[in-house]
Amino acid sequence: MAIRLSEIVRNNHASLLSEWISELKSTLSRKLIKESELEEQCAAFLTALDHGVSSGQTRSLEDKSWGETKEVLGSVSRTRAQAGYSPSETALFVFALKKPLFARIAKEVPPAELAAEQWNATVLLDQLGLYVTEMYQRSREEVIARQQQEMLELSTPVVKLWDGILALPMIGTLDSARTQVVMETLLQRIVETGSAVAILDITGVPTVDTLVAQHLLKTIAAARLMGADCIISGIRPQIAQTIVHLGVDLGTVTTKATLADAFALALRRTGQSVVRIAAPKKKDSEADKERKERE
Amino acid sequence: MAQVARADALAVRGESDVVLVRQTVRTWSIQQGFTLVDQTKMVTAASEIARNTVIYGGGGTVRIEALDNGTRKGLRLVFEDQGPGIKDVEMALRDGYTTGTGLGMGLGGARRLVNEFAIESVPGKGTKVILTRWK
Amino acid sequence: MERIPILRMGKYLLVTIQVDMHDRLAMQLQEDLTSRIAKDQARGVLIDISALDIVDSFIGRMLADIAGMSRILDAQTVVVGMQPAVAITLVELGLSLQGVRTALDVERGMKLLEQSLGDATSIAHSGEDDGPGGES
Repeated sequence: MAIRLSEIVRNNHASLLSEWISELKSTLSRKLIKESELEEQCAAFLTALDHGVSSGQTRSLEDKSWGETKEVLGSVSRTRAQAGYSPSETALFVFALKKPLFARIAKEVPPAELAAEQWNATVLLDQLGLYVTEMYQRSREEVIARQQQEMLELSTPVVKLWDGILALPMIGTLDSARTQVVMETLLQRIVETGSAVAILDITGVPTVDTLVAQHLLKTIAAARLMGADCIISGIRPQIAQTIVHLGVDLGTVTTKATLADAFALALRRTGQSVVRIAAPKKKDSEADKERKERE
Repeated sequence: MAQVARADALAVRGESDVVLVRQTVRTWSIQQGFTLVDQTKMVTAASEIARNTVIYGGGGTVRIEALDNGTRKGLRLVFEDQGPGIKDVEMALRDGYTTGTGLGMGLGGARRLVNEFAIESVPGKGTKVILTRWK
Repeated sequence: MERIPILRMGKYLLVTIQVDMHDRLAMQLQEDLTSRIAKDQARGVLIDISALDIVDSFIGRMLADIAGMSRILDAQTVVVGMQPAVAITLVELGLSLQGVRTALDVERGMKLLEQSLGDATSIAHSGEDDGPGGES
């Protein structure tokens, strides 16, 4: 019965702990967390396990007597995920306890109940091992989601190229969410900077699907309603093909092969131009002459 | 299942009511934490349907519900009138604004502005339009 | 009844919409503008909607109608200052506002009116060069 398990755990607490810790230290080949931290976590877990097992309920972790244990395992999986351990290495935290625990069970439980007790212990530790693995997965997913968010923010810059001219260099695959962020950011910047021309450069975009193409067209339509014009530059041949195959109608949107061409056009549209200045050498010698004459 | 955290009802009988509906939906959208773009979409959709209720429905009501389904907040608007109803709902939904003119009832447009759109109309009995937007 | 004021600036009429209009007010504006264009022989109309946080299909149609009527009366219409959220919503609604020219702000709207009318006389504004290519 589970009562025996709780007695075993309680009566052998100290020795179980030290054997388990040395078991972990020897089997974990990579030392990615401090030993002191490992020992703390083991102590916390064993105490929580003690409490959980004393409740008598070892079949399901849903019972609230296992809340403390689950919390400890949650923090264990988080630290291991951050440290860079694999899921198996993390699960080992729980499974390494089997050896010392089973040794005690074999010694102290009478033969008649031995099989049942071992089965209880195995079921319990297996569940805990699975739980820690699942928690590990979730931590990883949180990290990835956060990184994606950061990348989303970093990868949609709106740059002012010149007075009244904005550029939006888009890099990487565009998805629906990102394109919407791009749209709202661009329109906001158009108002803030009073720019009448925006260049959407997609040199760095490998592919475009119908949804993204539609979003881009909507962005351009919205910019027009506000009084700004958009130029698309850097369309790769593959994307040009996709656009035609998908039947996307670019309408009256101007496209240019390169950002440079688009910039030249934008300058013309905003009534500006780039002018070459006379060679500096001449000016220097002229200035020298003038100085000599003055002396 | 979405929980209704708060609800209110407004009469939609005349054009000044349409303005009031817009302002009320704006306030509730802000309270539910909608982004500026989402607020604008919701208010515009509400304006379209409210106007329909006045002009085609002979006047009616709108029930505004603040929703919370545990993970997200939302807003639901239920417009009802006892007007002549719409004979061909499919047609009305397709009736768009491509020309910017015409008698388009704005249903298709309003549908594009919200996450969930439902319409029930029985000729001779009345029309009910439900607009829902989530944060 | 309240009316939206229409200002005259030389050959142009300027309207700034600052209230959430109900339908009748919008219709009144349309009427007033049309009669003013004729009366003042205005060549252009500038409608500033920078204060409008919502433009629904009714207002959208009003703007398109004003542009249409003005054109018949030989005047150009430019709508300026549309807010981003409004623009995004109008695109989603499917309103194209065909025939309505737009500009970012009043200053650019004025330039647009001058350019499109090929007007030699221009209203004094901050000494910015029009630059080359004033013709469309």
